[in-house]
Amino acid sequence: MSVYDQVSATRGRHDGRISAAAGYLTANPATAICFGVLLLFVLMAVFAPLIAGDPVKIDPAQRLTGPSASAYWGRDHLGRDVFARAVYGSRMSLLVGFSVAAIATVFGVAIGIYAGMSRIGGAIAMRLVDAMMAIPAILLAIAFAALMDAGILTVIIAISIPEIPRMVRLVRSVVLGVRQQPYVAAAISIGTGGLPLVWRHILPNTLGPVLVQATYACASAIITSAVLSFLGVGTSPEVPSWGGMMADARSFFRIHPELMVYPGVLLSLLVLVVNVLGDRLSDALDPRKMVRGSV
Amino acid sequence: MIDMTSHPPVADPVLDVNNLSLEFADRDKVTYALDAVSFSVGEGEIVSLVGESGCGKSVTAMTIMGLLPKHGARVTSGSALLRGRDLLQTSEREMRRIRGDRIGMIFQDPMTSLNPVHTVGMQISETIRKHRRVSRGAAEKRALEMLDLVRIPDAASRLGAYPHELSGGMRQRVMIAMALACDPELLIADEPTTALDVTVQAQVLDLIADLRRDIGMSVILITHDLGVVAGVADRMMVMYAGRIVEQGPTEKLFADPAHGYTAGLMRSLPGVNARMRDELREIPGSVPRLDRKIEGCVFAPRCEFSSEVCLAPLPQAQERAQGHWTRCIHASAVCEAMSDNDIVRAWA
Amino acid sequence: MLGYVLGRLLAAIPIFILVAIFIFSLVHLTPGDPAVLLAGDNANPQQVEKIRERLHLDEPLIVQFGIWAGNALQFDLGESIYSNKPVTQLIAQRIEPTFVLAAVTLFLTVAIAVPLGVIAAWRANGWIDRGIMAFAVLGFSVPVFVIAYLLVYFFAVSLRWFPVQGYKPLSNGLLTTLHSVTLPSIALALVFAALIARVTRAAMLEALSENFTRTARAKGLGTFRILVIHALKSAGIPVITVIGIGFATLVGGVVVTESVFNIPGIGRLTVDAITRRDYPVVQGVILFFSALLILINLLIDLSYALFDPRVKG
Repeated sequence: MSVYDQVSATRGRHDGRISAAAGYLTANPATAICFGVLLLFVLMAVFAPLIAGDPVKIDPAQRLTGPSASAYWGRDHLGRDVFARAVYGSRMSLLVGFSVAAIATVFGVAIGIYAGMSRIGGAIAMRLVDAMMAIPAILLAIAFAALMDAGILTVIIAISIPEIPRMVRLVRSVVLGVRQQPYVAAAISIGTGGLPLVWRHILPNTLGPVLVQATYACASAIITSAVLSFLGVGTSPEVPSWGGMMADARSFFRIHPELMVYPGVLLSLLVLVVNVLGDRLSDALDPRKMVRGSV
Repeated sequence: MIDMTSHPPVADPVLDVNNLSLEFADRDKVTYALDAVSFSVGEGEIVSLVGESGCGKSVTAMTIMGLLPKHGARVTSGSALLRGRDLLQTSEREMRRIRGDRIGMIFQDPMTSLNPVHTVGMQISETIRKHRRVSRGAAEKRALEMLDLVRIPDAASRLGAYPHELSGGMRQRVMIAMALACDPELLIADEPTTALDVTVQAQVLDLIADLRRDIGMSVILITHDLGVVAGVADRMMVMYAGRIVEQGPTEKLFADPAHGYTAGLMRSLPGVNARMRDELREIPGSVPRLDRKIEGCVFAPRCEFSSEVCLAPLPQAQERAQGHWTRCIHASAVCEAMSDNDIVRAWA
Repeated sequence: MLGYVLGRLLAAIPIFILVAIFIFSLVHLTPGDPAVLLAGDNANPQQVEKIRERLHLDEPLIVQFGIWAGNALQFDLGESIYSNKPVTQLIAQRIEPTFVLAAVTLFLTVAIAVPLGVIAAWRANGWIDRGIMAFAVLGFSVPVFVIAYLLVYFFAVSLRWFPVQGYKPLSNGLLTTLHSVTLPSIALALVFAALIARVTRAAMLEALSENFTRTARAKGLGTFRILVIHALKSAGIPVITVIGIGFATLVGGVVVTESVFNIPGIGRLTVDAITRRDYPVVQGVILFFSALLILINLLIDLSYALFDPRVKG
């Protein structure tokens, strides 16, 4: 078998693995339910204006009133519609979750592949990664979000910064593993190098683990953004967010625990389905252990 | 019903395996791994179970030890009597008392068969303390004796050694010491020399043969290497596709193979004389899949001696000579064809 | 062995320097003039200038870093802008609750997670395993403050078994202290335990599939001895490693939990300092936590030799 046959056979195997994984994922009812729930969250975020009323309108006359036709879940301490805030709150969580996953993936894969391909650059990059990972992620995010001007972009960047080193470490380890593979060594020995090597052999191999890690990063980012809002260092308090709603509800916790329950349950449910999807994906693709973290 | 005539009788056997059949049931497929395996092991005897990988040698051993996974492996018939007690009907709790005490077992890969995070001494003495009510000190003393017995130089200092600090041959000696620490009646050695260097192989085999003599235990030696068998085994059993196709005294089988498969194995042996390499022959075809029951001879499709009758339901094993049994219908033809085979004569 | 320890120590130094640079630049590259902020709205330019001088804010960044790092090496992390107290003193004052909380959490975590992981691996793919793993993924997914309020609602507000919030110092007696940190510790431990139970299970499954496990069974050893003495010990390294990785998570959790339960520890100090933009405290606290993490991971690296004799210098 020539090197080329081997290479194409291996690529075929990748496609097979991904499609087999897709089949595995769709065959499992728990996975289908999680996909369904995630889809509902996305629809809720996209069509929030059609589902709910104004989430920011203050009405002190109706503060802390119970459920009514105009506010299904009652009103908070400023008389705002809790249901509307909960529905709009999904926008914040999903936006942060998906953006952080995307940013961590793009930067993580680029830096990780570089670190895996270049000896000196790799060594330097890994020292930086070690140092970044020595700083507690939440502290880094809190400090960054608090010291910069508040805003959703700041929050996204603040959460992405500690996520990137995790991805770099993962991608690099995959790259180093792939480079040991006989077919890649063979490709290198016949002069394949640089971008073609990365594009044809390295990148496809990182796809599975990166996808799983991105899913975990998404879940972890949703939690971290809620923590930031909860501690009051995220976006401004008017912007509806589940963490912010829970922070608002703290003072009235004994009398109105339901104000805490709505955002708490939604938040946990969203993170749960994303985590389960990550686990299923991981099982389907590769039992390799992932670096992960959350609060 | 146990068929008493399917294998050579042995007076006062240590182990008597009768008509043992076993299947592995997966969700959607069944593998018929063992089919009516029958053999006996006499006192102080080394019997060898020979065959290609996947033929059921190790499965036979693991079944006797009760070490196959509870889910998936199912014994469908037969018995395995250790001094008359059926191991297949013995509870897991009772089996734990038998394993390591009355039956010792060693494995192919001494590199990974010892726990890397515990000392050699601990791993030997824990076996002793599991089966004998002795103090820690007494167990350690016994462990030291065992290391001496398996001829590990400077044994006292090796008690505290970790497996990675020993060579492959030393590790296999430690495995042997561990398996024999409680004076078992039976030692099952599953490919004990396969992972070792050739020079070390001979030492380990000699050790097993000597210990058999000194201690008086019986040995089941599982191997794919006919050279190993020729060296130490009193009797051999040739296994193919889950069945014992031929068994008898080692010299007899080498001199006078009476099964198409045994003949094929003998012919694929490299000769001791280099000129004979022309006669080195492989067996054509490949091992059958065992996902359905095969009524006739399992080896027939690959056998140069086979004919129509081989595909009919298998006849009983037949005795050709004292203690030499074969399941081949064309045994006489095989014997005749092999009688002028130099390689066989050279090895025998 | 000594060489191994020294090598590890030396390897930690550049990481620590990089951490210091990161933290310093994080605080100093953010927009806004701390001197103006500090002086307050009514201050005149002279007062602002005075503050700037006192904190060396007028020096080039590299000089500021040098001063800060040099002082930090002598355990001087500067003074709080808000309270004018030395940062090290603030940390020292608040270290007890945080330490107690972390220690109790770690104890609970290991006590919960390791047995669960071992049992899950032993009963792999059975319903006990599924149950434990479902619990683990749930523990992962529910944010610590949600768990915290859930616990407070049931065990403090409804059942009144534990205080809703607050911390009783050790000077009141150990039991009183433990009682006051029970709920926050459980909240934190559930999250942490989920991570460790998963890794323990995976490492145990690997160990149980090793040949030495077959040997142990062939020797007639019982289930407990095989699981704990043979499999768990050889699974020790991944488990202890993830406990180290989990410490970073734990620090984040401590910050949140101290805030929920109103515990006057370093976590609260951090949040307060950040909201007040108390730069020296923010820098000092993050540096403190990072140094702690580096130290813990160093100790964990060194402890590998306890679990695996093959790890040596």
